[in-house]
Amino acid sequence: MEKLHWEDFQAGSVTVYGPRLVTREEIIAFAAEFDPQPMHLDETAASATMLGGLAASGWHSCCLLMRIIADGFVNKTHSMGAPGIDEVCWLKPLRPNTQVRVRTTVLETRAPKSRPEFGFVKCLFEMLDEHDTVLTRLTCPVMIARRESGARA
Amino acid sequence: MKYFEDIVVGERTAVGSHTFRADEIKAFATNFDPQPFHLDESAAERSHFGALCASGWHTAVVWMRLMVDYRRRVAEAARARGQPVAAMGPALGFRELKWLKPVYVGDTIDYASEVVEARVSQSRPGLGLLSILSTGVNQRGESVITFVSTTFVERRPMKP
Repeated sequence: MEKLHWEDFQAGSVTVYGPRLVTREEIIAFAAEFDPQPMHLDETAASATMLGGLAASGWHSCCLLMRIIADGFVNKTHSMGAPGIDEVCWLKPLRPNTQVRVRTTVLETRAPKSRPEFGFVKCLFEMLDEHDTVLTRLTCPVMIARRESGARA
Repeated sequence: MKYFEDIVVGERTAVGSHTFRADEIKAFATNFDPQPFHLDESAAERSHFGALCASGWHTAVVWMRLMVDYRRRVAEAARARGQPVAAMGPALGFRELKWLKPVYVGDTIDYASEVVEARVSQSRPGLGLLSILSTGVNQRGESVITFVSTTFVERRPMKP
């Protein structure tokens, strides 16, 4: 299948990627490597914290979101990565054995005049649980190569 | 950690440094960010990055690990002196994250964090809220990552 270009993204489009089951084992494994705080490692210690029980590191949620969108569309797109993240809000804890999906809303498409080879697609990514509750909200621009350099400014 | 009342805005913390190896760059990317320029040297050479480079998320989570280790050292030292340790976290999120330069194989990133804002939480008056600006700088002195995170910190308990 031909990979997508910047021109293929339209503001207002909504797509849901996933699902993926997040296990207790992977929550603990990620935390042990990158965020070894008690609330991400151990049920008893976690129950004494504000999270009220074992929950994934917020960074783990971001990384899982990245993986879900990589499989969902980034690797089927002429993506050039992202220059950064506007904002991430960790709204609700991600608990073990949650099946998550990522709702992707294209907020805006923009092509810089100075760089005709790519455009930006600004996206809102929301990690949802089985009840469509938003656990993590992330907004960022994705850099995507243009099909015809400078054709749609 | 220090209680909210003892935190000085502008105070800078040397969090630690990390050298990114090819095997860990690929292992992280395999799990979380399987784009060709984070997985494979020759694919990366053909990309706009020009060489294998770490996922931006990898650069960010290494800060978290070093920060947790730093806080643990500070907490242990305080306990050894018989001083109380304020609870920190959880974080609410972050904003204005910028991946300014790629992190290539062998790059050593030195991380620092600075409290840029401290206020009492409106929803939880027993807690303070800190905005923390974190940066990672490579061995050439170039900033590779910056972001501002927001996290809770405990307030000094009232004397009975």
